[in-house]
Amino acid sequence: MRRLLALIRKESYQILRDPAALLITFALPPILLFLFAFAVSLDVQGVRVGVVLESDSPQARSLAAAFAATPFLQVTPARHREDVEDRLVAGELKAFAVIPADFDTRLLQGQGQAAIQIITDASNPNTATFTAGYLQGTFSGWLQSQGTTANSTARIDVQPRYWFNPELQSRRTLVPGAIALVMTMIGTLLTALVMSREWERGTMEALLSTPAALGEIILSKLLPYFLLGAMATAGCAFLAVRVLGVPMAGSFWALMLISATFLVPALGQGLLISTVSKNQFLASQLAVMTGYLPAMLLSGFLFEIQSMPWLVQWLTYLIPARYYVSSLQTVFLAGDVWPLFLRDMAGMLAVGAVFFGLTRLKSRRTLD
Amino acid sequence: MAIEIVITDLVKRFGTSAALDGVSARIRGGLLTGIVGPDGAGKTTLMRTLAALMLPSEGSVSVCGRDIVTEAAAIHNITGYMPQRFGLYEDLTVMENMRLYADLRGLDTGSSGDLFTRLLGFTGLAPFAGRLAGALSGGMKQKLGLACALMAQPQVLLLDEPSVGVDPVSRQDLWRMVQELVAQGMAVVWSTAYLDEAERCQDVLLLNQGRIVYSGAPAALTARLQGRSYLIRDLTGNRRQALTEGLQLASVRDGVIQGAAVRLVLKEGAPQDEIAALARRYRAQLLPTAPRFEDAFIDLLGGGPGGRSGIAEQMPAIPQRGEVMVRCRDLTKRFGDFTATRDVSFEVTQGEILGLLGPNGAGKSTTFKMLCGLLKPTSGTAEVVGLDLRRHAGRAKIQLGYMAQKFSLYGPLSVRQNLDFFAGVYGLTRAQRRERVREMIQIFELTPLLDESPDDIPLGFKQRLALACALMHRPKVLFLDEPTSGVDPITRREFWTHITGLVGKGVTVMVTTHFMEEAEYCDRVALVNRAELIALDTPDALKAMAADEALPDPTMEQAFIRLIERQNAIADARERAA
Repeated sequence: MRRLLALIRKESYQILRDPAALLITFALPPILLFLFAFAVSLDVQGVRVGVVLESDSPQARSLAAAFAATPFLQVTPARHREDVEDRLVAGELKAFAVIPADFDTRLLQGQGQAAIQIITDASNPNTATFTAGYLQGTFSGWLQSQGTTANSTARIDVQPRYWFNPELQSRRTLVPGAIALVMTMIGTLLTALVMSREWERGTMEALLSTPAALGEIILSKLLPYFLLGAMATAGCAFLAVRVLGVPMAGSFWALMLISATFLVPALGQGLLISTVSKNQFLASQLAVMTGYLPAMLLSGFLFEIQSMPWLVQWLTYLIPARYYVSSLQTVFLAGDVWPLFLRDMAGMLAVGAVFFGLTRLKSRRTLD
Repeated sequence: MAIEIVITDLVKRFGTSAALDGVSARIRGGLLTGIVGPDGAGKTTLMRTLAALMLPSEGSVSVCGRDIVTEAAAIHNITGYMPQRFGLYEDLTVMENMRLYADLRGLDTGSSGDLFTRLLGFTGLAPFAGRLAGALSGGMKQKLGLACALMAQPQVLLLDEPSVGVDPVSRQDLWRMVQELVAQGMAVVWSTAYLDEAERCQDVLLLNQGRIVYSGAPAALTARLQGRSYLIRDLTGNRRQALTEGLQLASVRDGVIQGAAVRLVLKEGAPQDEIAALARRYRAQLLPTAPRFEDAFIDLLGGGPGGRSGIAEQMPAIPQRGEVMVRCRDLTKRFGDFTATRDVSFEVTQGEILGLLGPNGAGKSTTFKMLCGLLKPTSGTAEVVGLDLRRHAGRAKIQLGYMAQKFSLYGPLSVRQNLDFFAGVYGLTRAQRRERVREMIQIFELTPLLDESPDDIPLGFKQRLALACALMHRPKVLFLDEPTSGVDPITRREFWTHITGLVGKGVTVMVTTHFMEEAEYCDRVALVNRAELIALDTPDALKAMAADEALPDPTMEQAFIRLIERQNAIADARERAA
């Protein structure tokens, strides 16, 4: 016990004197959080589109005015499609809508969908889909308002309700996801570095020649970083709720419990990496490749897991961040849904058990 | 339980090669046992096995009656181990490191305060208790390592090459401390490649290629050489030249420069007429002398490398015009408010070897780096081959070769790729590159190692490779920064054979070293202490400067220690006055 305390004290001094560790723990979280809150946005707002008005009828003008009035769109009016085509190619416009010369006739014939043409720049498919959706939505909205004149029978009245995120702000899902990234950095990257640093600097050899047990050495690495991770979570939650205005539907303690559980596989992964590599550079590369990138790409934080190929979907079950992101988004947006939390926590602990088991197999108390 | 280590038929294999190949020995308490041998002999593997950090492939080891495989934990409790590399935390202070090891050893807090004071006093670290270990000099780091290893209050103390890279003053301190511990009954094992240290051990285990070739008192081994060691004294002419000629004689087994004389060892049963003739040619005296451990060591391992240097023979001679090749004036370098080098001025003429000596942290490396254009001086000028390094660093660098302390080879590249890279980096033409690389491979016998990484080859070969890389462009001036630190005597001899040969061709050499015998190979020695140049003269003149009634004929090492201490006393007095 005394040896463990001594090792933990040593580790704490080292953390406090290591600018990199402090930077990752205290400067990185706000930077990432602000980045995902403001710079990265999946919302479409003020998208530049062109509206080509080939007809001068009052109805066509009314539709053009409806496009111009939409807050999501920033409309560049034109008379000929050649005017906007070049600008679309140049990237100045994301899409354009053509209101054809025979717009009125098409409308009266009842083929409402074919009445206008929408062309989008699909080089960014996400934005293209959104923009097309907005343009179409605006058109349908306009059609409804023209209900009396348009040929419309037996319309179904659709009124969408968006649950959990009524303003449809992506910030509200991105910020919880960013917390998962921060925790992966602290848990996996920092732990991967500290163990390999002991090997690289030759301090492990001296340490192993003392009566200190391997379990004590490992535990002394985990506990301080566990604490650091918990502090970072609390800091992130504070920032998210108080500064970035993300609502927190669930309880703070549920958040802390979930985060503490996530640290088990995250630290385990870092430990495994440093046991295998014994070299800081390799360890950091491995931590980024197997920790950070999957947490970003395969956790469901940026990309919907449901829309991934089935093989990749299966792969996501091996990534602890997947469970964490799901629980985090729930605790922020929906509230304390314990059945979901427990399922996710069981997943995280299972992955963690694998990492710790492998570490145990790979660790030796000798130098060969 | 008796304090002793019993090693029985110990074999340790890595892959297919055996680092230790059937070692049996007994190490006793109250004795200082030296483990001696050339690089790659298996010294470190043996030390790690004794510390229960490596498992034997075959055979057994018991430390104070406990088996290293089944009772490793008990062994960790009673042994103190100091690894070859500084194994302490550079980002913790001296005190924090000591406290950590005290806690790991489970010392009770009451008595540990006492022990701390004693250890701090013993190691002379008391004034630095609050300093970060990373900010200590090499010698002080080793003392801290020793203090932490002693925290175990061990019965067995294992020190793996504790004196590598440590200056003579600190080396003397370490030695004194260890002597004291032995007197208390501890079993101390000191591994070393330095034979003057081995000679002072009470018992030695001489390892070569994983086998013990001699065990017992060093004096008994030395006695076998009786009547074969000679000194050629009062030479007129060049000592290095005389040595080179001596080494090429059929009757000579080994030879070095020793002080003002050349020391030669005859082959077993060889007559002395050849060396007598050599002495006559140099109008010198040939005197029989007592053999020393190093003579016996080299003899046991098959003799020295001979006096011919293939690389020097390949080098075109540079016409000797007595030009000044390196010149510095009032060279000063400050890092923040710390002055590493202050107002250093000297000149080196063509074909000269200038040695730069000084304690750890005295500013040798800083001065050196400014002279080869790696550091910009804060003030003052540095010139190489008449080119000001401040303005023409690029052009000057083409004319100089640099071999860094840790050899600066690229581990991820193979030996051949390293050679190709250095040939390319100096801007040789394609044909020249092919030619030089082929030549270097042949001269330095690198063929069997071409596809290996420099990290995996024996230190001696690593040194050859580094020298080959530094000579690729046939530089006029060669800068060598601690080229032989931690290198065994045979490799060191070979290295100096090359340097002597190169200087004979008109190459100018600047070298830093902690190895006082090497200072004897230099034409002049610059002694640096506390950032200042305190003496610059021939080795003999420096020794004369340090001599007094008590010590009329000091060795280079004694002269070094005296001159440094003298200057420190003056500087301290000056500080107190101010």
